[in-house]
Amino acid sequence: MAITDIGPPDFRNHLPEVIKKNYGTWKYHEIVKPGVLKHVGESGDELYSIRVGSAKLVCTDFIRDLCEIADKYCDGKMRFTSRYNPEFLTDKAENVDPIIEAAQALGLPVGGTGRGISNMIHTQGWIHCHTPATDASGLVKAIMDELYPYFVGEKTLPNKLKLSLACCLNMCGAIHATDLAIVGVHTAIPAVNDETFNAQCETPTTMAGCPTGAIRRHPDKEIKSVVVSEEKCMYCGNCYTICPSMPIANPERDGVIIYVGGKCANVRTPSMLSRVAVPFIPNNPPRWPEVVGVLKTIIETYAADARTPERVGEWILRIGYEKFFERTGLPFTGQCIDDFEASRETLRASTQFKW
Amino acid sequence: MSETPMMDELEKGPWPSFVTQIKRAGESKALMAESSKDLLRQQETAFTEKQGLWKHGGIVGVKGYGGGVIGRYHMRPEDYPGLEHFHTMRINHPCGWFYTTDKLREVCDIWDKHGSGLTNFHGSTGDIIFLGTNTEHLQPIADDLSEKGWDIGSSGSALRTPTGCVGPARCEYACFDTLDFIHDVTNTFQDELHRPPFPYKTKIKASGCCNDCVAAMGRSDTAVIGTWRDELRIDNDAVKEYMDSGMDVQSLVVDNCPTDAIEMVNGKLELVRAEDCTRCMHCINMMPKAVRPGVNKGATILCGAKAPVLHGAVLSTVIIPFMKMEPPYTEFKEYWEKAMDWWDENGKVRERISELIDRVGLDTFLKHMEIKPVPQMVKTPRANPYIFWREEAPPGLDEFKKYIH
Repeated sequence: MAITDIGPPDFRNHLPEVIKKNYGTWKYHEIVKPGVLKHVGESGDELYSIRVGSAKLVCTDFIRDLCEIADKYCDGKMRFTSRYNPEFLTDKAENVDPIIEAAQALGLPVGGTGRGISNMIHTQGWIHCHTPATDASGLVKAIMDELYPYFVGEKTLPNKLKLSLACCLNMCGAIHATDLAIVGVHTAIPAVNDETFNAQCETPTTMAGCPTGAIRRHPDKEIKSVVVSEEKCMYCGNCYTICPSMPIANPERDGVIIYVGGKCANVRTPSMLSRVAVPFIPNNPPRWPEVVGVLKTIIETYAADARTPERVGEWILRIGYEKFFERTGLPFTGQCIDDFEASRETLRASTQFKW
Repeated sequence: MSETPMMDELEKGPWPSFVTQIKRAGESKALMAESSKDLLRQQETAFTEKQGLWKHGGIVGVKGYGGGVIGRYHMRPEDYPGLEHFHTMRINHPCGWFYTTDKLREVCDIWDKHGSGLTNFHGSTGDIIFLGTNTEHLQPIADDLSEKGWDIGSSGSALRTPTGCVGPARCEYACFDTLDFIHDVTNTFQDELHRPPFPYKTKIKASGCCNDCVAAMGRSDTAVIGTWRDELRIDNDAVKEYMDSGMDVQSLVVDNCPTDAIEMVNGKLELVRAEDCTRCMHCINMMPKAVRPGVNKGATILCGAKAPVLHGAVLSTVIIPFMKMEPPYTEFKEYWEKAMDWWDENGKVRERISELIDRVGLDTFLKHMEIKPVPQMVKTPRANPYIFWREEAPPGLDEFKKYIH
């Protein structure tokens, strides 16, 4: 048996020499051009980082292609960002353009820095997840094809705009605090399989797993199963995670919610949770043109209307949600009004609003 | 005509395509290359039917570990024989996602030898993800990884693989060594990471400043965010450089200070109301060459962020306003272990620590932790009068004598 618990490889053995030398003593940085950062150390040393876009789902031969670039120009070292972007690091200014050319030759865009859009955080979707309400890789590809000019710096925004997608409410991608986000959602109650329930699931655990108390024992004592209240179920899917006999996926009723205005950074304003802008759009593979269109509408309105350096949430705070819905032309419906726990703090306890 | 027209459509357009990657994996020397061809066909079917085709869960594992391997089985193995088992393995990344190309090629070779060759660099939590292998290959992969100095990541009701931002390796903003810290706690808490002991998952993430590049505020039960106690440092020669290059420092920087703490005084940027500065990084972000964090650095420890399931999404909230972050991080580790003990003792199954805090109150948590309540922990005091005194006696008149005058 192999030795366990050895922990991750020590990052110190993976750092470029210029980083080892200037570790903790970087003085400032600037964005030389889209996708190229220049960090300058107290020592006067310079470090160039070339950031490129990539799919999240990649093959090993692709990683080997990246290694070739890093061997040729970066002394055999490289890194990835938290948003799946490969980054090539070099202390030689003359290597910057050849790295850009090499990346572009692989079909990889250079960008994702500054006031624009970086790579989109996302989950597995239909490729590999067992609880998805929408796809991830396909929808992200369709979105990023459209938003490409904001990645490569052909178009800019009032500030950075972070995008993310989660294929169900479990939100493995933690999309609930990003500028613009998509989450896969079900809109119909689970279809309980009475045949398999007793063998696969525990009744008390399944009932206790429902946050709204929508699951009851089957009224017929002969049937060892449960029933779900149409009135109370909010389609969170937690019961399916606990009990495989309660599948909630429904091709006709699955789709996405579009969220706006969240952020994690505490810059200027505190972190904010994202808010529902569009309560439901049905799935429409392979390119989800309606979802892409709504996102573009929001981004273009933000680009035209926000003041530098407002993030999306800060822009909406300033103009108010009444103006957000007016200026984007998106309909405000009853589903946008929170009626879950602690919803009252989202209502307007004031006569101050705009027409 | 192609068997996968919708997948082919997603090879068009300027953004790098995952479809191209799957096709390439199908032609590679990876052991299960054929499975990638099945994966593309199953994805076409999922797109056509508008639903996922993977079975619910499945428990698999490797010796000595209680997680890090996630079972995945296909609903229709007769149509996609290469996907009958298509398990995931999580591999703990080096902090900051720095790699030598030798190590990258090594991990690719191990994966090609045993699986599909499809991978995520990286998964949302930060691990390298191996996507798709058979049950019989799981132990050999773990053995090969261990022999070469790699270890498995985390899954289930465990400490999930901790991650941190790039930190002092390449960022002048870093207020503590996020990489050393994450490497240290990952190694210290290997047991909690590899053998799920808790009511549900729990996460630790570290960002060197409040720009929070790893989104710790939004998604980690324990968020460590770099900050400083003294005053930010201003270099007015560099401010002048920004002004000379055409930047409108008054409107972009000064007018956007959220607490009105900075001003231009006789052409120089000054922190005129240092007490009001909330260290929000705005002026630093705008002019990194001219404004820098103070020198008495450390971190704010926050607690509780999570996604919606079950009781709605939660952002992290302040527990310890300032902690020095120096190796061996004893204060942090004692805090974390004590908090986890309390959660483990009191939490229900699938209840995250913030949901437990919501159920019993933050004050109950603070009492257990022996942490003194301070106003930095709240936005406002309570608006209702429903105060639980429990075993604590309400204050007597003596405590208020000093206000009589």
